Amino acid sequence: MSASTIIGAIVLIAAGALLLIFIVWRKRVPASLRRIRAYDRLNRDVGLSVESGKRLHISLGRGDLLTARNASAFAGLAMLRQIVERASVSDRPPVVTSGDSALTILSQDALRAGYSAAGAEEDFRVSAGRLTGLSPFAYAAGALPIARDEGVSTHIIIGDLGVESALIADAAERQGASLVAMSDGLSAQALLYAAAPDPLVGEELFAAGAYSGAGMSHEASLNAQDVLRWLIIMIMLAGAALTILGVNF
Amino acid sequence: MRVTAILTTALAMAVAFIVLLGFFFPVPALLELRAILTNWAMTIGGMAVFIGVLNLVAVHIGKIQKRQKGSELGVILVFSLLSVFTYGVLFGVEDPLMQMTMNAVIAPVEAALMALLVVTLTYTGIRLLRWRRDLAAILFLAVVVLFLAAMAPKPFDNGILDGLIVNVAGTIAQGGARGLLIGVALGALLTGLRVMFGIDRPYGGD
Repeated sequence: MSASTIIGAIVLIAAGALLLIFIVWRKRVPASLRRIRAYDRLNRDVGLSVESGKRLHISLGRGDLLTARNASAFAGLAMLRQIVERASVSDRPPVVTSGDSALTILSQDALRAGYSAAGAEEDFRVSAGRLTGLSPFAYAAGALPIARDEGVSTHIIIGDLGVESALIADAAERQGASLVAMSDGLSAQALLYAAAPDPLVGEELFAAGAYSGAGMSHEASLNAQDVLRWLIIMIMLAGAALTILGVNF
Repeated sequence: MRVTAILTTALAMAVAFIVLLGFFFPVPALLELRAILTNWAMTIGGMAVFIGVLNLVAVHIGKIQKRQKGSELGVILVFSLLSVFTYGVLFGVEDPLMQMTMNAVIAPVEAALMALLVVTLTYTGIRLLRWRRDLAAILFLAVVVLFLAAMAPKPFDNGILDGLIVNVAGTIAQGGARGLLIGVALGALLTGLRVMFGIDRPYGGD
């Protein structure tokens, strides 16, 4: 086994252990999350869209489930399930778009779970989870008519997207709709920083479940992430100090 | 919890652990099992594409039947999709007309959207100052303008200054990008572990 594989295994085991420890801890001590304006807006906009009888559009991106870029899709699905549970009573049910067919199927499943949790399973429509295109621009082009024609008041972009996210953000702006956007891609993060009023960058995307009420496992994840982040910072500082002192490793 | 939910969760967890074990302990038996499972996943992924396309057609046929706004675009989409699919099945993807469909229709349309993106991005950059007039926004725009100025072709030699801008701003941007990527990697790791432990069940186990 190579050194990098051993380090990878240690990080994985440490992360798993931390996650389980924090889940047990969170059962005893409730989490207190710092305020993130974008998530405040998200929760407010979901409520407003239900009250005003408008539609929510949740764009899950193109996270291919067979590649390493799928984690943001899973984070989006966790949030989707919570949002749909709250928005299922709306006159206009939420629409979910994605650019990967397996993700579309999972989004339909998350929609069904959300309706079921709200006790409104009969209102679930499989057509609410849509595949709009399989290439980046086909996906964006398929999502644009939804922004224009379907009375959407809030667009939520969460997942693995690239520069095409700017087209969806622009369509939201043109229709005067609210926009909450986050992505794991660096180019999309840079674009959405400029396009969204309250941008979310870096790992803030993975806090979506915790901030939308997906449960203590998501809050425990954030705790484990914090511990690991501090560990990495300390290791990086130690490495820099050792390099300055002339220690080669 | 329903029986199917227990079964799907157990299956997903077992597959995840086998694939992970195969990564860390590359013994022949685990590697073979890992390859089989990955092939199954790819086959299922291929079927998912077919289901996804059917979903796309069903959504647009529904729109056409209800005469919803924009349903005329749905007619074009369904007609194009069915005709290209039928032609592709009959004559194969190497057929010159199929190649022409790709080269003369799909590629230019995507290029046009890319061109539209340039306009959108310029407008978005201007709009940024409407959202936020803080130091971060001004710094963001200043770096974008500096980079564009440094990268743009010029009629005079400005190599030293351009190189300085790209190196200084590029080094700082790289540091920031690495920080963001470390955060994303940690988030992805914990999300993956939640799915692997069966805590998150986005595959019908919820």
